[in-house]
Amino acid sequence: MTTVAATAATPAPARTAQPARTGAGVAVGVALVVLAATSLFIGVSDVSPWTVLTGGADERALFVLAVSRVPRTLALLLSGASLAISGLIMQMLVRNRFVEPGTTGVSEFATLGMLVTLIWWPGMALVGKMGVAAVFGLAGTWVFLRIIRAVPTRQLVLVPLVGIMLGGIVAAVTTFIAYRRDLLQSLGQWTQGSFAGVMAGRYEFLWVAGAMGVVGWVAADRFSVIGLGEEFATNLGLNYRRVVAAGMVVIAVSTAAVLVTAGVIPFLGLVVPNVVSLIIGDNVRRSIGWVAALGAGFVVACDILARTLRYPYEIPLSVIVGVVGAGLFLWLLLRRGSRAH
Amino acid sequence: MITLHGATKRYGRTTVLDDVSVSFGGEGITALIGPNGAGKSTLLGLVGRLLHPDAGRVDVDGRDVRSTPSAQLAKTLAVLRQDNHIVARLTVQDIVELGRFPHSRGRLTVADREHIDRAIDYLSLDEYRHRFLDELSGGQRQRAFIAMVLAQDTKYVLLDEPLNNLDLRHMTEIMKLVRRMADELGRRVIVVLHDINFAATYADRIVALRDGRIVADAARDQIMRPDVLRAVYDTTVDVREIDGRPVALYYG
Ligand SMILES: Nc1ncnc2c1ncn2[C@@H]1O[C@H](COP(=O)(O)OP(=O)(O)OP(=O)(O)O)[C@@H](O)[C@H]1O
Ligand SMILES: [Mg+2]
Repeated sequence: MTTVAATAATPAPARTAQPARTGAGVAVGVALVVLAATSLFIGVSDVSPWTVLTGGADERALFVLAVSRVPRTLALLLSGASLAISGLIMQMLVRNRFVEPGTTGVSEFATLGMLVTLIWWPGMALVGKMGVAAVFGLAGTWVFLRIIRAVPTRQLVLVPLVGIMLGGIVAAVTTFIAYRRDLLQSLGQWTQGSFAGVMAGRYEFLWVAGAMGVVGWVAADRFSVIGLGEEFATNLGLNYRRVVAAGMVVIAVSTAAVLVTAGVIPFLGLVVPNVVSLIIGDNVRRSIGWVAALGAGFVVACDILARTLRYPYEIPLSVIVGVVGAGLFLWLLLRRGSRAH
Repeated sequence: MITLHGATKRYGRTTVLDDVSVSFGGEGITALIGPNGAGKSTLLGLVGRLLHPDAGRVDVDGRDVRSTPSAQLAKTLAVLRQDNHIVARLTVQDIVELGRFPHSRGRLTVADREHIDRAIDYLSLDEYRHRFLDELSGGQRQRAFIAMVLAQDTKYVLLDEPLNNLDLRHMTEIMKLVRRMADELGRRVIVVLHDINFAATYADRIVALRDGRIVADAARDQIMRPDVLRAVYDTTVDVREIDGRPVALYYG
């Protein structure tokens, strides 16, 4: 009791960073709402917020909103948040800042899984496809973790390099199979992420990805401990393997859910957690909300660009995310490199 | 009590810890000394269940560490390894909070916060509280890690070369702190030290390892003798009495 009173009476210096952070939180929240609202009302069909709010909208506009716009915006938010969280968790598990599903072969393995369903079970329901993709993604995560355990050095850049090579091999195999089976066009759909085809009834799996994000949030402290390494984790009484396995599932399922709905979205899981880490650090409990919000905002913003730059045509979202993300990534790399370690 | 029963650890065909049987926990501070590669870190690793013995057993308070639930053991025993490299960007406060994990499981109570504040205070880290670990000097970082194991609030504390990276003043301060932990907080500390004068000044008991075996285990005065130290380190060590205390001279 006395401590509570004491801390209340004399605010510790610990709290000085708090107002600034709360302010930033409010700003990010407002930006997210504005972006989401903008995303709802952009498009070829004319749906104006004014007519919707005043009830003057015709039936067709409301239909467009319900069947296409709202699902698309929700899908963007869920994908962005869950991919960014996956990146964060993966960086904790591997203890390397430059890993994410796209630099570790996980996305490529999941894509291979999609191709496999297309060849052997073409009529499979979307949920089944997602399941198979998730299993492949999980296998990919496992293979990657195995390989880097065997690689003697834990150099910052070498680890994602190994992952990119692994992904390259798997992608090559996938392309070869697709070529032989005349499925290159379908393959192109997933490797180029886009939310153009998202509609009601075709995006709901992303709620599973969202649920994975919640798992990440609930287990945030465990992931922080895992980020300290196996010995610290064991000393703190954590079952290292179990938490790593849980993290792998979160990563694989999120990746697969986004893949079956929209395709591969590169760099997101890399750039967003790194930017957050620079500003507020890697305490997952503290950073995960920021990572989710910024990931969601980033994807919605890129999608707005994708829809408006060549209006009325759409540029694939992955192209925009790729360009912006690659730029940010380079900046991060050079920034980090300039610091003596 | 921490008891090793014929604990053995091998890497390939080399035996790095050879059938060691010993008990710790009767004294406040036990110093573990010995040359590089003697097996000191290996011994701590076995006790802290970070390594598994190839033969023999380690008991903590009468229970085999391998069958005790790890989460439970984490409330009785804390171990700080020799080289701690943390990639994650965490502040001093973060890392000490994580040290509380065995008790809080991530949800900090008022009592947890008190432990955290006390540990930070104990290691005079208050002004660095919100600094990231990679913005600290080696010695400050080392103190942050010690604060972390202190916050873990365990009866047994295993420290592997905690004086690494510390300057003269902080070496003495850390050893005094370890002494206080033993005397005031009733902790049982096993500490690996290379400077035997620190061992002689602060430890109640000194255990010397060499080539994976215990070659000496006694109170300070029986270890601080030229013949014993020669047998441990294979080099000539002169021992003089200064102010009634044995001091080893080994600078050449
Ligand atoms: N993972 C490993 N694989 C092979 N040999 C190992 C491994 N870890 C330790 N060793 C060997 O075990 C022996 C004991 O190592 P240990 O780390 O316990 O020594 P130490 O007494 O702590 O030495 P130092 O004073 O240098 O820290 C050494 O000869 C070392 O080379
Ligand atoms: Mg050692």
